[in-house]
Amino acid sequence: MVLVFAESPNGHLKKAAFEAVTYGKKAADLLGTSCVALCLGDVENAGVLGSFGASNVYHVANSTLNSFDSQSYSAAIAAAVEKLGATLVILSHSSTGKSLAGRLAVKLNAGLVSGASSIPSVEGGKIRVSKGVYSGKAIAEYEINSPVQVISLMGNAVKPIKSGNEVAVESLEVTVPNNRVTVKSSKTQEGIVPLPEAELVVSAGRGMKDPSNWGIVEELADTLGATLACSRPVADSDWRPHHEHVGQTGIAIRPNLYIAIGISGAIQHLAGVNNSKVIVVINKDPEAPFFKAADYGVVGDLFEVVPRLNEAFKQFKANN
Amino acid sequence: MKLLVCISQTPDTTAKISFSSDGTEFNQSGVQFIMNPYDEWYALVRACELKESLGGTVVALNVGPAANETTIRKALAIGADEAVRINTEAQGSMHVAKQIAEYASDKGFDIIFFGKETIDHNGSEVGAMVAEYLDLPYVSYASKLELNGSTANLQRDIEGGVEELEVDLPFVVSASKGMAEQRIPNMRGIMTARTKPLQVVEPVAFEESTKLVKFTLPPAKAGVKLVDPENMDELVRLLHEEAKVI
Ligand SMILES: Cc1cc2nc3c(=O)[nH]c(=O)nc-3n(C[C@H](O)[C@H](O)[C@H](O)COP(=O)(O)OP(=O)(O)OC[C@H]3O[C@@H](n4cnc5c(N)ncnc54)[C@H](O)[C@@H]3O)c2cc1C
Repeated sequence: MVLVFAESPNGHLKKAAFEAVTYGKKAADLLGTSCVALCLGDVENAGVLGSFGASNVYHVANSTLNSFDSQSYSAAIAAAVEKLGATLVILSHSSTGKSLAGRLAVKLNAGLVSGASSIPSVEGGKIRVSKGVYSGKAIAEYEINSPVQVISLMGNAVKPIKSGNEVAVESLEVTVPNNRVTVKSSKTQEGIVPLPEAELVVSAGRGMKDPSNWGIVEELADTLGATLACSRPVADSDWRPHHEHVGQTGIAIRPNLYIAIGISGAIQHLAGVNNSKVIVVINKDPEAPFFKAADYGVVGDLFEVVPRLNEAFKQFKANN
Repeated sequence: MKLLVCISQTPDTTAKISFSSDGTEFNQSGVQFIMNPYDEWYALVRACELKESLGGTVVALNVGPAANETTIRKALAIGADEAVRINTEAQGSMHVAKQIAEYASDKGFDIIFFGKETIDHNGSEVGAMVAEYLDLPYVSYASKLELNGSTANLQRDIEGGVEELEVDLPFVVSASKGMAEQRIPNMRGIMTARTKPLQVVEPVAFEESTKLVKFTLPPAKAGVKLVDPENMDELVRLLHEEAKVI
């Protein structure tokens, strides 16, 4: 059995949860077994996970789990794995999943591959799965040799697909230790898709010259419904907030579309964005290294090109 | 205050990545190795700052062969008081975590620091594993860490925001940007680093169950298609009809 932990911070299932269940279902089909989903603490409308391929949705309603602590969460997941007899455990490679994957692997004596980006395959009865390594510069395939395996799934690596119907949520009783980490507050920006989940990203660099020039970039992102990102020097000089910094030392992302504006394309920047499906580069320097990594390029002054592109997108939106 | 900082050695951020022809080994020739940036810039520096203001010792630990000692000396030059090298080639994240946990189990560390991930394996696995082996709380991706007696106040990065947390010592933490500022070792640091103790510890046996099959390089891009800067309607059309991303 494949067990997928479906994250629901503040009671809301994340996009990553739908991706993880879709992935778990594909792995289960391959292994000739079933895929079940597990929700912990607050969750609304968990039955919808059935439509992404979970044959059963289990819920541990223990109130300790309304606040995240890797110890109580990993204990609850491990207990569910044992109770249900699951052998493959799927997590999201998110801030939550990264706190859990290693713990869970130790608890279950399981081999772990974190940040997987491919559907597993089976070779000689063993599970194999690939992930990006060397900050996106290479891909590594691993074989997991333990009876139980843990895989955490990179965000945006699979598209959530509905393949079934909603199911009734079954409650599951497991013992959970008390939390030792207290979450005092949790602040997320309202109405913005967080960078790791974003499918469309508009990113700008030092070519913007000054933080007061960001209006044209914000307008473009607004038109597209895209999330903003930036290069490291831009975040380091506080032109933009740190959570927008992408690259080797920032956030690694893999959106469908990455539009890079006034960014030279240094190797450390590319390391965080080169897994994007499509890259558009706008730069006045035809020799900018970013063009080598781009699918589409515009050689021109960003202060003219970006407003023009914004108008073109607006036209497109109006007609479609 | 007893602080342990686990440091990894990784290829330099500009290193050209290549592999043996059968894809099973990373090609080390011509590659410069560095301390994993997050371990150095954030974890190690914050540990040193805490020791400098509260007293105590900072131990830098690396699981790896003797060749890693240059990187370990750098940690001493930045401000760690002593170093430990566990004498084995890392076989995987759980193998490494097991070595660290064995060493740390009877030392009474107040905080065990990691960087948020390594820039070669990009796993973010070892910190959580060590926390589990030692039955300690774990806070990942912490961008702030302040101590208030035996309680720590932390901030951690979550998708699209931050969380404020509180946890009692001892605990395990992985550090991300914001926790400290990079420190360049000064001359005195480099001189004293040579005489600081570096203990070599023999490993414990552990069978890693996740095994590398092979490395591959991502397929090369087909090449950039240039679009006339006067004609952004054409770019939008290509993104819609050809690339199908809007
Ligand atoms: C250890 C290490 C880690 C690093 N990690 C990261 C990381 O995670 N992320 C990251 O981004 N960087 C990282 N860097 C920094 C990286 O090497 C580059 O310095 C950085 O990415 C450059 O940012 P930039 O492209 O915005 O600026 P620049 O390199 O200055 O490029 C600006 C670009 O804008 C173009 N431009 C200027 N004016 C215009 C105009 N009017 N119209 C159009 N184009 C214009 C220029 O032609 C140029 O190509 C790291 C560096 C090191 C050493």
